[in-house]
Amino acid sequence: MKLKRDAAALNSKLLRRPIQKCFILFLIPTFGAFIIGFIYPFLQGIYLSFCKFITTRNATFIGIDNYKTALTDSTFLHAFWYTALFAIVSLLLINILAFAIAYALTREIKGSNLFRTVFFMPNLIGGIVLGYIWSMIFDGVLSRYNTSILLESKYGFWGLIILMCWQQIGYMMIIYIAGIQSVPEDMIEAARIDGASGWQTLIKVVIPSVMPSITICTFLTLTNSFKLFDQNLALTGGSPFEFKSDGTIIKTTEMLALNIYNTFYGSNTAARGTAQAKAVIFFVLVATISIIQLRATRNKEVQQ
Amino acid sequence: MKRFLSLLLAVIMVFTLAACGGSGKGENGKVYWLNFKPELDEALQTLATSYTKQTGVEVKVVTAASGKYEETLTAEMDKSEAPTLFNVGNAAGVKTWGDYCLDLKDTDAYNALTTTSFNQVDANGKVCSIGLCYEAYGIIVNQALLTKAGYKLDDIKDFDSLKKVAEDIHARAKDLGFDAFTSAGLDDSSSWRFSGHLANMPLYYEGKDAGWTECPATITGKYLDNFKAIWDLYTANSATDKTKLATAGLDAEAEFGKGEAVFYQNGTWEYANLTAADKYAMNADDLAMIPIYCGVAGEDKAGLCSGTENALAVNANASEADKTATLDFLKWMVTSEEGLKCLVDNLGGVPYKNAPESENPFFADGNALLAAGNYNVDWTFNYTPNVDDWRAAVVNAMVQYCSGGSWDAVKTAFVDGWATQYKAANS
Repeated sequence: MKLKRDAAALNSKLLRRPIQKCFILFLIPTFGAFIIGFIYPFLQGIYLSFCKFITTRNATFIGIDNYKTALTDSTFLHAFWYTALFAIVSLLLINILAFAIAYALTREIKGSNLFRTVFFMPNLIGGIVLGYIWSMIFDGVLSRYNTSILLESKYGFWGLIILMCWQQIGYMMIIYIAGIQSVPEDMIEAARIDGASGWQTLIKVVIPSVMPSITICTFLTLTNSFKLFDQNLALTGGSPFEFKSDGTIIKTTEMLALNIYNTFYGSNTAARGTAQAKAVIFFVLVATISIIQLRATRNKEVQQ
Repeated sequence: MKRFLSLLLAVIMVFTLAACGGSGKGENGKVYWLNFKPELDEALQTLATSYTKQTGVEVKVVTAASGKYEETLTAEMDKSEAPTLFNVGNAAGVKTWGDYCLDLKDTDAYNALTTTSFNQVDANGKVCSIGLCYEAYGIIVNQALLTKAGYKLDDIKDFDSLKKVAEDIHARAKDLGFDAFTSAGLDDSSSWRFSGHLANMPLYYEGKDAGWTECPATITGKYLDNFKAIWDLYTANSATDKTKLATAGLDAEAEFGKGEAVFYQNGTWEYANLTAADKYAMNADDLAMIPIYCGVAGEDKAGLCSGTENALAVNANASEADKTATLDFLKWMVTSEEGLKCLVDNLGGVPYKNAPESENPFFADGNALLAAGNYNVDWTFNYTPNVDDWRAAVVNAMVQYCSGGSWDAVKTAFVDGWATQYKAANS
């Protein structure tokens, strides 16, 4: 049987009106899921950050004490600066390398499809698994020098950078490839006719045209770095620790998300509210940074 | 095709929704036991099935992953179907979960106890949890290998003699085909043997001198040199390179079970695995347990380290029916023949009136030492404030020490870390 697709019939007001009235009905399932899975936990999380609690069901309101504790916690501040440093380094490395590979793979090299697939594949492996695999690889190498990734903060830092590059470059590469391929051929041709060198074409024509891809890729790498958790947990788990003279213990390779997790699930149950407050601060921080970044790169985008 | 697909999706959705609301509450109470010891899981599942078969009461046993009990408990306690039976094994546990514990005083299970010394009691005298078993740890010795090396158990009476034997065996390891100590792994699966159990030695002697009755705000680490001595002995006289303790994925139990080493620091609970036919099938007569010697004066009169972290609490917030069902199950487990047999077979020391004698030779060793007038080394580590965080820091410092770092880091983690965690736990 052949279906009759009559555009006029579908667009007739008789048919459209009742459907339009029902739009709420169609929104309910998704919106319900959104409320259950996002809005409610989010609001409850904010409420809990003002509470003292062991289980979330019976929490007592204590005001802003949790925020005071969180902001004076030296481990949290260390984790913040460490995360910021990590985010900057990985943002630069991942994007530069991903763009370079994407640019190379759009030059019609033989087997570029195979390369694209291979570069993309690490992205399909889960973070915890990756962390453990790479810790074995690093330790396999470092043990020859009688050391381990758990022993030096700098190994932990660069180890995590290598891991994240390995995992994310492929993904960003795909986005850049799509961007580069959509640069109109006639613009490149015009540049060539005007006598632009390959380098000039890249800087003056290609990069301005792929600004939307750059926006999205920097956004993704920046937020991914700030939110990084699994890989951090599995690769070093914060080791090595630094023991300060006042008794505080700085986990030198601990990033923000792991710091929050460790505060919450550490055996000091009095600190659960503090962890919650840290999580709210964390949210505000990530949201602000990514909005600023989006604004900044959007401004550079050109209309084609 | 599209129609089929949407039908399929609709069906899936209906099923998911049904699954969400499907678990209606029965009128009879239920038991949900959040178990703390992974090695006990199999036995408890069997016990639970058997109880359900006999009484029709549903018993769910869930075991938290090794080292993740506190996290699992926190998450589970938040659910509407929270655990009704859970572990509160030390002072920190009482501090966190005390409000969730039903007073177990004068319940049937409580009355069946032979001793109250393994119970956890809060500041107001509420019995938060009752001891399920007691355990002992020390250095497990493979006597067959010891004989092969030309020694006997009586040759080891204190730290110096242990050191002499161990160093001699280690020096001849190539000829003998086995080494003195099993690997002292510092990853999560094994580090508790040292940050928890071995660290008890300096804590116990310090607490004994100072007469601790509750968690002290600060400690001095007076006996840390002894801790270092025994740790150095373990790591210097084993086949494993000590720089790789945290990363090599070591399995000390397997090394010992396969006869690769004479000494293995662990507890009575290892007996089942070491002798099980499908595991290492060791000969029970070859196994013995000796006290951990670390060079403290008068320690030739030391016994095994005996105590427990395995004490059960009943959730005070559970429904009345669930509470009754849980108390009934607990009573059945510690008074019935089947329950007691299961506990004794798997745990060894069970402090209940009708418990049969254990076959576990490690308990016999422990009792023989006590009978000979030796003192019991109590589990002083049960006082540790924020125990998981404190231990994690000690382990980290030990890893640094083993890779050539200074012992001072361990000292800081041990002594200053204690004060920090005490302050954090009591703020």
